[in-house]
Amino acid sequence: MMKRKIEELFIKFLMLVATVIVVGSFFLIVGTIVSKGLPHMSLDMITKTPGGGFYIGKEGGVLNAIIGSLYVAGGATLLGLLISIPVAIYLNMYLSGKNVIANAIRLAFDVLFGIPSIVYGAFGFLIMVYFGIRTSLLGGIIAVTLLVIPILVRTLDEVIRTVPHELRDAALSLGATRWEAAKVVLRQIKPGIFTAILLSFGRAIGDVAAVLFTAGFSDNIPTSLHEPAATLPLAIFFQLSSAVEEVQGRAYASALILTVVVLLITVLSEILVKKFSKHKI
Amino acid sequence: MHRFRLFKDKFFSKLMLVLTLASVSLLVIIGLGLYLRSSPLLHQHSWIQLLTSSKWRPLKGLFGFYPFIMGTIWVTAVSIIIALPLCILTAFYLVEYVPPGLRRILIPFINLLAGIPPVVYGVWGVLFIIPLIQNKIAPHFVEFSTGYSVLAGGIVLAVMIFPLIVSIVIEVLRTIPQELKDASLSLGATKWETIKKVLFRKALPGIIAASVLAISRAFGETIAVLMVCGNNADVPHSIFDPGYPLPALIANNYGEMMSVPLYDSALMFAALLLFVIILLFNLLSRLILARLERKLAA
Repeated sequence: MMKRKIEELFIKFLMLVATVIVVGSFFLIVGTIVSKGLPHMSLDMITKTPGGGFYIGKEGGVLNAIIGSLYVAGGATLLGLLISIPVAIYLNMYLSGKNVIANAIRLAFDVLFGIPSIVYGAFGFLIMVYFGIRTSLLGGIIAVTLLVIPILVRTLDEVIRTVPHELRDAALSLGATRWEAAKVVLRQIKPGIFTAILLSFGRAIGDVAAVLFTAGFSDNIPTSLHEPAATLPLAIFFQLSSAVEEVQGRAYASALILTVVVLLITVLSEILVKKFSKHKI
Repeated sequence: MHRFRLFKDKFFSKLMLVLTLASVSLLVIIGLGLYLRSSPLLHQHSWIQLLTSSKWRPLKGLFGFYPFIMGTIWVTAVSIIIALPLCILTAFYLVEYVPPGLRRILIPFINLLAGIPPVVYGVWGVLFIIPLIQNKIAPHFVEFSTGYSVLAGGIVLAVMIFPLIVSIVIEVLRTIPQELKDASLSLGATKWETIKKVLFRKALPGIIAASVLAISRAFGETIAVLMVCGNNADVPHSIFDPGYPLPALIANNYGEMMSVPLYDSALMFAALLLFVIILLFNLLSRLILARLERKLAA
């Protein structure tokens, strides 16, 4: 009897320790980034482009990378939406719910979701070579679009599935075509679309491996789709390996900016997701 | 009017079908594209030679992927060995012991962990894990270590896959009917005995699926690993040795790959390897999870 009690207590203690480690690691990471990044934060960081070369120049900030990241993440999310909204509608409105084909397509997107961004980056690079596009904002957007399509489709599909079937059936029984019924459903899931946008944007803005081959890097803010563009994660990665202390400091401050932005996006989408998701594994 | 509406319906139906097929066929196109691009290398060397040779001298046309494959396996193994027990314990604790109010506070933090970008994990690894290993851990085991090692990569990756494993195991545990727990508890089993003998057995397929998914995630993670692993093209012999996983190889050499013959083929071959392995792992775990979900629905 005693032995069972002790075992119970021991395991409970282990579980507590494990939970503290897992949850605590979040605070450890954020704490490290904040304590290292905060001393190097300044208004210049977010209002100026780097002066005298981003790798050695001690002046300026990372405005070029911030804008570049917004362009890449925004462009990719927009393009991704144009593709994934129709796909999600097709899966739910045109193929009926328990369709084998629909489920096979869902499986394919689940698998695509698991493909690492470095593979999307390499593939994006192949596309660029094939079409003769040079490393540019456009190339980055293409690669990241491929990366976010599975995220968008999975989220939108999940959201559309929470819309009651009766709504669709009512629209159809009133003589609406499937496309007209789809428009009714789309109106219902507006907040869900917003969630999908946030998730996709958050993933896109933080990703390095997909833009590494495709977007290039530049100290300037890109003015056209064909110019190379810096992104924030890539700027962090490059600046961190610099020997100049100020530049390293900029990397820490950039990491802080990126973390804050991404965490805000995640919190916002968490709140929205709560309203929608049920049992998605 | 009527015909126009029907036409619109048909038109959009076809358009959506095309978009759906196009995006799904990405799976095939990516594989095919990478294969075609790596075929020049495959013409000159056999698969077995590429996978088992340790000689990596791109300038001499020698491409042996063995060190990188071993690097990937070492780092992934370390991360899973660290993460799996911690995550399973955490998931059971959160579902079975923690009161619902506290659980609602804790789980969002685990989800936030999933939102942190890989490069930030990398920075954290460089600032926190590397010094920790260099000054505190390694001196107990080896004479000298820079800290940039398989262990560092494994720890950073482990933290990255925490949220993935914990969230899936929690979902799986929630699908287990309350009656089953009640039956065990009413027979006099302690909570832990119920977990060990009833819940764990029930959740095992889900835990396996979560692990496989986590392995494939760790396999493909690039930038965070690249920043802390040391990137030395030798087969690691201990966790304090530097390692050079496949994704890091691709990311590190994209700059020079167009100037050395066959180099781009070799890097695309590395991407193809990653793609195929991760595809299979994902398929496997998704099929297990889909079966669990169907069971839940039934």
